[in-house]
Amino acid sequence: MVEFNLPLNSRVGQGQTFKAPAGAKRIRDFKVYRWSPDDGKNPRMDTYQIDLDSCGPMVLDALIKIKNEIDPTLTFRRSCREGICGSCAMNIDGSNTLACLKPIEDVKGAVQINPLPHMPVVKDLVPDLSQAYAQYRSVQPWIQTDTPAPPDRERLQSKEERAKLDGMWECILCFCCSTSCPSYWWNGDRYLGPAVLLAAYRWIADSRDEATGARLDELEDPFKLYRCHTIMNCTNTCPKGLNPAKAIGAIKQLIVERQG
Amino acid sequence: MRDVRDALMVARNSEGKLVRRPLSPHLQVYRWPISMALSILHRVTGVGLAIGTLLLTWWLVAAASSDDVFDRAQWFMGSALGLLLLFGWSVALIFHFFSGIRHLVWDAGVGFDAPTYNTSGWAVLIATGACTVLVWVIGLAVW
Repeated sequence: MVEFNLPLNSRVGQGQTFKAPAGAKRIRDFKVYRWSPDDGKNPRMDTYQIDLDSCGPMVLDALIKIKNEIDPTLTFRRSCREGICGSCAMNIDGSNTLACLKPIEDVKGAVQINPLPHMPVVKDLVPDLSQAYAQYRSVQPWIQTDTPAPPDRERLQSKEERAKLDGMWECILCFCCSTSCPSYWWNGDRYLGPAVLLAAYRWIADSRDEATGARLDELEDPFKLYRCHTIMNCTNTCPKGLNPAKAIGAIKQLIVERQG
Repeated sequence: MRDVRDALMVARNSEGKLVRRPLSPHLQVYRWPISMALSILHRVTGVGLAIGTLLLTWWLVAAASSDDVFDRAQWFMGSALGLLLLFGWSVALIFHFFSGIRHLVWDAGVGFDAPTYNTSGWAVLIATGACTVLVWVIGLAVW
């Protein structure tokens, strides 16, 4: 459902400012979304002044520095610090991306950091992704076949068939794209969202998969698929440079084509 | 949120008490790419056209009714408010036309790659501006 305003308990207030130590030369403000289930208060934006001379180059480096040296209560997900695990997906400077791949120097002025948009907040920068994971499960993202596999080898693909999967297998399920999509904001209860539709198309396009018809049947739905209005935020924001909008377009085309 | 996702808005705090989670900011913080702006503009102009077409229908019906009624319609269309409404309607029509073609091309599976979808967005805006000026220069010249 479309609600432009945040619910009353979600409106963001002013928080504290943590000043940079004396003698710091290259100071940058980091404004970070904070919410804890334990204090009964609304979310707030805390400001941390960081000396960039003693900080790594990426936004994730700054967050880790804040947690280690200034405020250990700051909560965020992170793991690989090289853009392959998808844990540190968040909204930085108004766009969704991975904190580990976002250079601080790319942001002008104060660095605004929010959780992925329009999601339930577990704590600070950690959103609850249960809904997105459940939707991912619903498209059955594994190979499905009727014919038995050859007894003496794998199911083979030509190089051309394999090339069709490029741009899809690279998805790390960070959900930057789904949470950038206004359609997913308003209709995420029933619209699957770009990340899950890209995953669905990855199996539809796989020459070894034999459930294409059933997969298309499942997606042919006014909400699951057709809430995509080609807004293009998904493709715009993907930190891996993938193109969910194109995959969704391809699914729509296949559905039209099979109607003959 | 008033749908199934509401179930995820409830959590327990450290003492085990139920608390309501906040919804993270969306429109409040998201930086609009041009494609997002054009998308909502396509819908707004679509709604505007549906309403604006009532005005044009009145104009046509007036022309078919009588001289008096048509004179009144003509007077209104020539007034400042009438011209403003007509201008808005023409911009909406032209924008919706070009933007619609952009969507049609997407539906054919073309134009999804960067930077094409940004270029096509700017092309729609430029074409809308140029055609609007052209229509009104011709319109006012023959008035």
